[in-house]
Amino acid sequence: MYWEPDKECLDREELEQLQLERLQSTLNRVYAHVPFYRKKFDSLGISPEEIGALSDIARLPFTTKDDVRANYPYGLFAVPLREVVRIHASSGTTGTVAVVGYTRNDIKMWSNLVARVLTAGGVTKDDVVQICFGYGLFTGGFGLHYGAERVGASVIPASIGNTARQIQIMKDFKTTALVSTPSYAMRIANTIREMGISVSALSLKYGLFGAEPWSEGMRQEIQDALGIVATDNYGLSEVLGPGVSGECRERNGLHIHEDHFLVEVVDPETLRPVPAGQRGELVITTLTKEAFPMIRYRTRDLTRLLPDACPCGRTGKRMSRVVGRTDDMLKIRGVNVFPSQIESLIHEIEGGGPQYQIVIDRKEALDEATVLVEADEVAGYDRERRKGGTADTIRKRLAHELGITVDVKLVGKNTIDRSEGKPRRVIDNRKL
Amino acid sequence: MLRIKNLESGYGRLKVLKKVTMHIGAGEIVTIIGANGAGKTSLLRTVSGLIPARSGEILFDMRDVGKLPPEKIVFLGCSLVPEGRQVFAPMTVKENILLGAYPQYRRKRGDQVRADLERVYGLFPRLRERERQLAGTLSGGEQQMLAIARALMARPKLIMMDEPSMGLAPLIIKDIFSIVKRLRGEGSTVLLVEQNAKAALGIADRGYVLETGRIIMEGTAEDLLSNREVQRAYLGRDLDAEESM
Repeated sequence: MYWEPDKECLDREELEQLQLERLQSTLNRVYAHVPFYRKKFDSLGISPEEIGALSDIARLPFTTKDDVRANYPYGLFAVPLREVVRIHASSGTTGTVAVVGYTRNDIKMWSNLVARVLTAGGVTKDDVVQICFGYGLFTGGFGLHYGAERVGASVIPASIGNTARQIQIMKDFKTTALVSTPSYAMRIANTIREMGISVSALSLKYGLFGAEPWSEGMRQEIQDALGIVATDNYGLSEVLGPGVSGECRERNGLHIHEDHFLVEVVDPETLRPVPAGQRGELVITTLTKEAFPMIRYRTRDLTRLLPDACPCGRTGKRMSRVVGRTDDMLKIRGVNVFPSQIESLIHEIEGGGPQYQIVIDRKEALDEATVLVEADEVAGYDRERRKGGTADTIRKRLAHELGITVDVKLVGKNTIDRSEGKPRRVIDNRKL
Repeated sequence: MLRIKNLESGYGRLKVLKKVTMHIGAGEIVTIIGANGAGKTSLLRTVSGLIPARSGEILFDMRDVGKLPPEKIVFLGCSLVPEGRQVFAPMTVKENILLGAYPQYRRKRGDQVRADLERVYGLFPRLRERERQLAGTLSGGEQQMLAIARALMARPKLIMMDEPSMGLAPLIIKDIFSIVKRLRGEGSTVLLVEQNAKAALGIADRGYVLETGRIIMEGTAEDLLSNREVQRAYLGRDLDAEESM
């Protein structure tokens, strides 16, 4: 059930002692070995010696993806290249990519953390794990691969593409655990249906999905279609790759490997910590990386830290599934609003996935937001009554969730403009 | 067992330890490796109460011992085997060993001293053979054994050793280290400060690398042994030379 029980279930006080030890030694190392950090600390007049508590981390500067790119390729490495045994790069869609490196110890640590994720998701040495992630510069394939080997499972490095062949392998090789993106799992599920293969002909038991945001609804669909327990896991190349956090079979949030990462959740605008349990941008500091330590990396991923302990017994803080990117954030009447917040609420109330659109106008210097929701086609009086009721419910819930009032209008099916293929989620008419 | 947070200390205006944070769990062997002058001995002396902590926290068995005098710290169960053995040369081996039993008398456990003496003689048969000999006439390895035996008489929960291998022949070092392992097997917790990083990491569970008063690395002994920076700086391997061969 646990991969490293003594570490995953560490007493909070001991964990914080360990985090402080590791934070201080990481800071001493980056200050001595990485000119970027030394310059940044010096210009702010901060010495690693001033960091005497975990909360002092708030005094250190953030590191962004642009910083990583500006130091392309090896500028942020903290060890000479000859100590680096592996190089990966993050999937940058624009401009230069971010290059990251690993020492032998880093690879060992990484494998162990991925092994924790796999174990928490149900995988044991008796499983046959099919990895449908790209093997290449992307950290997903190799990260999961090494972790699955560490667990002792039989690993099939299936990589991506040719879904029919993947399914053939899955069937013939008796794959018990599928590792992929959630959307690829959906694709596999659909192709299985199209090929007329019964799920009972497969041996699948577990699915471990990551590398992109997904929803609870998608989880249900995948679990039902493939007859598996589907768990979410999270990571990013700049801090490690997969293995930063992962769900256990309770499926109620991702356990963060806090003995290796110090996490903060900040308001992406003010960059100040959000109140406990509030949604914000995840910021990660690595505590044990040798080759590529990272101080306060702004992930741009939106999540929140969950209260309460998990029944599974792990003591690491949990984060909610990543619900979107800070790049999507809207500022309405000074309040940060994420389309994903509105989306999950609509889905929760309406079920399924009605299309919606957020329209923002500015009238007399005041922002006004309207959410258009496509209602189901139900005829007559019932529909009218239901519409009023639903719109009202959504309005109240949104006011509660966002802290601002937004108008909600139910509109007919297919009335939201789809000229770009799918409806634009946000129409911002403000001249800012 | 021992938890240190942001410990700073030094001599006069010289600050030797800079925000040292570390811990030792019960039953562990933890080593602190580092070059000469890194602050290893200062760290042990500060924990022992021999030099005052300027700031920071030292918790021994969840109890703040930062301001306590050395004898009180020994009484609580934390003993130091000092650098350079520091045996009392004009006294006999047995007298030296019995000096270490003072805390037991203070704890009103004087009746156990005889059995404890038998125990350390069991660990170091050589000391029994030489119990009437003057400590100053012992070899370096024997003096080291004597210093350890003396510390054990206080029945410490944590035994801290400062460079026990210093100046000893490789075979003797092996003996000393196998005793350290055995002590752990018998339930002791050991903090081992060493310049002989390879030997220390060979028996330790975890280690810290101290450099100019700061901890720059922490990890399992296995990870530190395979860290190339540690190899080059502290394990005496010249990787540049190896690679050009």
